Amino acid sequence: MRSRLITFIISLALWLLLSFSLDWPHLLVGVSVALFVALSMGDMFTDSPHKWFSLRRYWWFIVFVAVFTWECLKANIDVAIRVLHPKLPINPGIVKIKTTLKSETGKTFLANFITLTPGTLSVDIGDEDNCLYVHWIDVKTQDPDAAYKIIALRFERILKEVFE
Amino acid sequence: MKFIRWLSGFIFLAGLIIIIFAFLKVSAPSKLMLFLLICFLLSLFRVLKGPTAADRSVATDIFGILVIGFCAILAVYTGKDWYMDIAIAWGLQSFIGVLALAKFLEGRHFDE
Amino acid sequence: MNDIIALIFIVVGIAFDLFGSIGLVRMPDVYNRLQASTKCVTLGTCGILFGVFVKFGFSAAGVKALLCILFLLLTAPVSAHALARGAHKSGVKLWEKSVCDKYLEDEAGNKQ
Repeated sequence: MRSRLITFIISLALWLLLSFSLDWPHLLVGVSVALFVALSMGDMFTDSPHKWFSLRRYWWFIVFVAVFTWECLKANIDVAIRVLHPKLPINPGIVKIKTTLKSETGKTFLANFITLTPGTLSVDIGDEDNCLYVHWIDVKTQDPDAAYKIIALRFERILKEVFE
Repeated sequence: MKFIRWLSGFIFLAGLIIIIFAFLKVSAPSKLMLFLLICFLLSLFRVLKGPTAADRSVATDIFGILVIGFCAILAVYTGKDWYMDIAIAWGLQSFIGVLALAKFLEGRHFDE
Repeated sequence: MNDIIALIFIVVGIAFDLFGSIGLVRMPDVYNRLQASTKCVTLGTCGILFGVFVKFGFSAAGVKALLCILFLLLTAPVSAHALARGAHKSGVKLWEKSVCDKYLEDEAGNKQ
């Protein structure tokens, strides 16, 4: 029930932002469509609705966005230097890293985050033992634990606060 | 050999940029759009040349993202709001298309 | 003043778009191309859209630009991930000077 309520609120807010007016025809269409969406597939949206009601997670989410923006800028300058360099200084390879995140949403956000941070691109999520396969443009180590310390450790603390 | 290729590409791009900035008699927003058209040309080059099907799919994905930026610039310099609607719709459609292409590359059926 | 800030954002975004397209042409194999172009083109287009938001402020078009940034940041890494996985499953080899390929080793181990 709470999952359906969250779906209703989010879809209604999205509709209001997209149409950007508060006339009664817009509101009527928005409310009816959001109700339809919430009733038909609201229970698929999230499996743990209680996480949406704690304010501490939103605070850590803001920290996450700030760190994300900074890392994204660094990644782009790094890639621009590599692309414009005459010798093309790359040393690529696919390595395997372990992660300690449990929830599916957390793993998805970690994979997205790895893709947009300097020099790494997530290729696949391993099935059995919580590992990620990462394409690394400048391989420094092939050991899973050492690679985990370089690539993912600084973000996992924040992601654990938000999603676990 | 490698350095000569780098140098020729550099001279080509720098020449294009100098021509756009110094010699063309068009307004400033049209110059910005011409820069984006160079990006479109480079990604179309990859679509034509790419050795495997995966290369062409990557170039198509990049092309779709560039179109969003182009629509945004059009929205600024014509002052029409509805170009942003086109940008959002194009982005979502190209995302779905690229996912279908990736499934097809993987050799699976669409309903899996 | 607003117009100048918006213009700066748009110009920086177009520059990053250009770098990403050059990476799409110069890099040697699918994964490197995906890496360079996805990062640069995503941030470049987000820069252009943020410039549009600065120009229009909190009106219909500006809020749509913000939503478009949100969609782009959510969908671009997902499509890059899907394309990389599809390319690897369809049998595209890494560049010959690559260091290691743990994914291929693990898949071969699973099949035996």
